[in-house]
Amino acid sequence: MAEYNLSNRKVMVSNKKMTFSERLYLPEILRGMGVTINHLFKPKVTYVYGKDIRPFATTYRGQHVLKRDDEGRERCVACGMCAVACPAEAITIVAAERQPGEEHLYREEKYASTYEINMLRCIFCGLCEYACPKEAIYLTQRLVEVETNRRDFIYTKDDLLESMDNRIDISQRRLR
Amino acid sequence: MVFEAFLLEKTIIVLVVFVVTLSIAAYSTYGERKVAAFLQDRIGPNMAGPYGIWQPLADGLKMFMKEDFVPAAANKFLYHIGPGLSMLTALMVSAVIPWGKSLIIGDGEASVQVTDINVGILYVLGVVSLGVYGVMIGGWASNNKYSLMGALRASSQMISYELPMGLSLIALVMTTGTLSFNEIAAQQSGWNGMEWNIFYQPLGFIIFIVCAFAEANRTPFDLPECEAELVGGYHTEYSSMKLGFYLFSEYAHMFVSSAIIATLYFGGYNFPGINTLYEIMPHNVVTAISIGVLMIKTLFFIFLFMWVRWTIPRFRYDQLMDLGWKKLVPLAIANIVLTAGIVLLFK
Repeated sequence: MAEYNLSNRKVMVSNKKMTFSERLYLPEILRGMGVTINHLFKPKVTYVYGKDIRPFATTYRGQHVLKRDDEGRERCVACGMCAVACPAEAITIVAAERQPGEEHLYREEKYASTYEINMLRCIFCGLCEYACPKEAIYLTQRLVEVETNRRDFIYTKDDLLESMDNRIDISQRRLR
Repeated sequence: MVFEAFLLEKTIIVLVVFVVTLSIAAYSTYGERKVAAFLQDRIGPNMAGPYGIWQPLADGLKMFMKEDFVPAAANKFLYHIGPGLSMLTALMVSAVIPWGKSLIIGDGEASVQVTDINVGILYVLGVVSLGVYGVMIGGWASNNKYSLMGALRASSQMISYELPMGLSLIALVMTTGTLSFNEIAAQQSGWNGMEWNIFYQPLGFIIFIVCAFAEANRTPFDLPECEAELVGGYHTEYSSMKLGFYLFSEYAHMFVSSAIIATLYFGGYNFPGINTLYEIMPHNVVTAISIGVLMIKTLFFIFLFMWVRWTIPRFRYDQLMDLGWKKLVPLAIANIVLTAGIVLLFK
């Protein structure tokens, strides 16, 4: 009969007779114990939750950030593309018109007076950052922190907007 | 007055042994989790206190807070008595272990042992075989098929492995010529504290330690618990501190077994140079050191129990019986014959 080996992963089961020391079992147990005792001194692979933060991939999608431009003006123009793109319907936007004298706050004539993301609805798919025409919203490597109240998971502009003295680096994100 | 002093001395020793056994059993649970974690390249419990050292207390508190559930169809009396029985037999064995040579208090000499029965080994075998009752009664009284299966396995396993255990001890008794634990420990002080029985009874030691693993229901012989097939085995229906008692008694059993292995085969409280130390240092100081040495030996064997647990998988039931009846019993009998021949020739 022809031998078929389609996957190249076929391994023959070994039914060889055990040697005397293998049948004694004790030497083999001691060998196994030698293996485990070596692991006692090996470096541990655990990241302690809450203390260590494990390294994320550069494409990791965590908590969102609303970007400002280099002069500190909000980039978001409240076009609503992100809210439309959002499959989980987590984003709520209320648009407003920029008043004279607010040019240092908002980049264009229209801005979002309310920008809320419900972090319990969000599935962190990143479609909002793909949809955004103004490069205003990005997902970052930060984690959404634990809250004890559902209402606290609705992040407002206060939580989302970056501050100018602590800007969030999004240069690693490769979107297109 | 003499009787009162005796009573006081024994009460203190009993209390100390009791407290030490329980606290070491409690910390064995922590130790087990740490050893398991380290052997698997993990960290283990580390949240309760520094390095997680309050974990046993937290576990105990959790056990007490749980609902104490009694199945409707259970035999109430036996159901309640089971865990206590299991714990009782585990603790009773520690009565005959000599923790040290003696302490000199005033002008009297107090032994560091709860009681020196002249048939200590028989006492240990007897109490250990009573240990099966805790498991059996618990499994039976729960009125649950898994519990019953676990209890059946436990009882057949324990009865099977008591036999080679007793036989391996017979060979030991032949070389030592006594059944008293105190004398066995004292005899091993030859060669300045290195004349350990392991050098006379290497085969007997291997048989004994295998049986000790089986008696303590430890892997590779933990068939009574067998999480995968028996949903926890004989303590399936137990909850709250009753379950805690069962789990706890396993660790108490482990501690006592380790102490017995150390006493019978590894020189007990003796250590190299003990006789020289007794000549040049105060009696009580050396005794304190030797108690510490016995503790270190015991802790090593507890570690060995855990080390083996996290190394080898569980035996299949027929393999277990095969090993017990077809391998260990003939081996133990051969060991007896061999020992008898050597004793006849050279003593």
